[in-house]
Amino acid sequence: MTAPPRDPQARGRLTALVLALALLWPALHIAQFNPAALFDTTSLRVMGGFLAGFVPPALDRAFLHLLAQATIETLAMATAGLALAFVLAVPLALVVTRALSVSRIGPGPGRGPAALLRAGARLVLTVLRACPEVVWALLFVRAFGLGPAAGVLALAITYGGMLGKVYAEILESVDTRPARALLESGSSRLAALGYGLLPAAAQELASYTVYRWECAVRASVVMGFVGAGGLGQLMDQSMKMLNGGEASAILIVFLLLVLLADGISALLRKVLA
Amino acid sequence: MLDLRGISLIHPNGQQALDGVDLRVAAGERLAVIGPSGAGKTTLLRIAGLSLRPTQGDVQVMGEAPWRLPARRLRALRARIGMVHQAPPLPPRLRVVSAVLAGRLGQWPTWRALASLLHPVDRIGAQAALARLDMAERLFDRCDRLSGGQLQRVGIARVLYQAPALILADEPVSALDPASADATLRELVAQAERSGAALVASLHALDLALRWFDRIVGVRGGRVAFDLPRAQVSEAMLQRLYAGDSAAAAPAPTGAEEEGTAATAPARAPQLMCR
Repeated sequence: MTAPPRDPQARGRLTALVLALALLWPALHIAQFNPAALFDTTSLRVMGGFLAGFVPPALDRAFLHLLAQATIETLAMATAGLALAFVLAVPLALVVTRALSVSRIGPGPGRGPAALLRAGARLVLTVLRACPEVVWALLFVRAFGLGPAAGVLALAITYGGMLGKVYAEILESVDTRPARALLESGSSRLAALGYGLLPAAAQELASYTVYRWECAVRASVVMGFVGAGGLGQLMDQSMKMLNGGEASAILIVFLLLVLLADGISALLRKVLA
Repeated sequence: MLDLRGISLIHPNGQQALDGVDLRVAAGERLAVIGPSGAGKTTLLRIAGLSLRPTQGDVQVMGEAPWRLPARRLRALRARIGMVHQAPPLPPRLRVVSAVLAGRLGQWPTWRALASLLHPVDRIGAQAALARLDMAERLFDRCDRLSGGQLQRVGIARVLYQAPALILADEPVSALDPASADATLRELVAQAERSGAALVASLHALDLALRWFDRIVGVRGGRVAFDLPRAQVSEAMLQRLYAGDSAAAAPAPTGAEEEGTAATAPARAPQLMCR
């Protein structure tokens, strides 16, 4: 009888599992996460009172008019912000992704400088997304004054960093052999992207982009609280006036917007399948 | 056309795939590389195709030392080499027409390449290349609608459309039935003859190697065992090339095998006249 061959990865996997648990426990502890508090009768009553103010949602004509205007402003802010973020993210993602590296073939000439350039672009992406959009918004509200312009720029910067990082990783996670084969026969990077990577990655890229648009819509609430316009600013006013009906009407609009994003995403995935 | 001297390649995992290989191929020459699985045939072709840089030795292609060229000229040189991959590297959602037109991406400006992705520019050229492999009617199909053998022919059609000066083919007909394998090799050979290109192909089917290629290079264990005109290759040489490493060697597993990563894998029992 011989022992079955040892899996060389077994030890690493066990270590990773133990390490993850060892890190998670103090994290929950430090964050003071105590699920029992949720079901405590006093907290239940306080939460219930808070929520009771939310019904019925405000539906008077004047408020609906305001709501429509704020919704359009939020959509415009999210869309313009994401469009700028896209413009920022695409070139950086193409520099960062290893799936389109010519110098790695062989490896060939210029591998050192290319690796430096990739690391530099990766650092730029990190810096862009390191600051939460609400901090940028606070900064830009001082430059542009109250209104969605500050939100657009804040979204462009933070979301540019996020999109760029994830685009680069999506491009690396699909089968990279087609693009590599094209680069090996002298194709340009952009052509290799179009013929080798996009056919496989388009679906993922599209659904991540739409998901980020959805996040941008949500982020605009938080930025509204610091004066960057849109539904957030309206929500801020309603909350300050303790008008739960208005707040719930705004939340319903959010739900509809998220449903809309979901629909767009599903449609795009179907078209690109 | 192709001049390899003293080529050795050691993979990052320490396995030696090639050990002091010399190979010279003139323009218009047709050469088959044969040898047991894991002998280093794919590695040799990838070095010739400038996708792998040897650990040791000199590579010259079309009179240039590629690994000393600046990136732009290396790219231009690569555009003149056509590679038929054993597993055609085609994304499933790409249309056949684009897969074939991709053969000229090294020659086209990027704007033309990207425009062609939306509306294929040279549909006639792509169709003509496919027609030579009996695939013309699949022009607008997606690659994931094709069988393995059809995909392999799309990969070959890409190289026919590219019309390179050096054609490298790694097991180009491994997924084809005997009749289409023969017809496909005939087209590759015809392309090489018409354009004066050199053709280097690795093959498992010895009868095809002996029928279509003038020069046979036997590779075993990362070394060139023989390099002879077809007429001088004897049955005894072939027996020796494919003979198991030891009489007691267990039969190799019949799973997927990757060339060049297992240089010392036990060779399978010879099956000289496969077809």
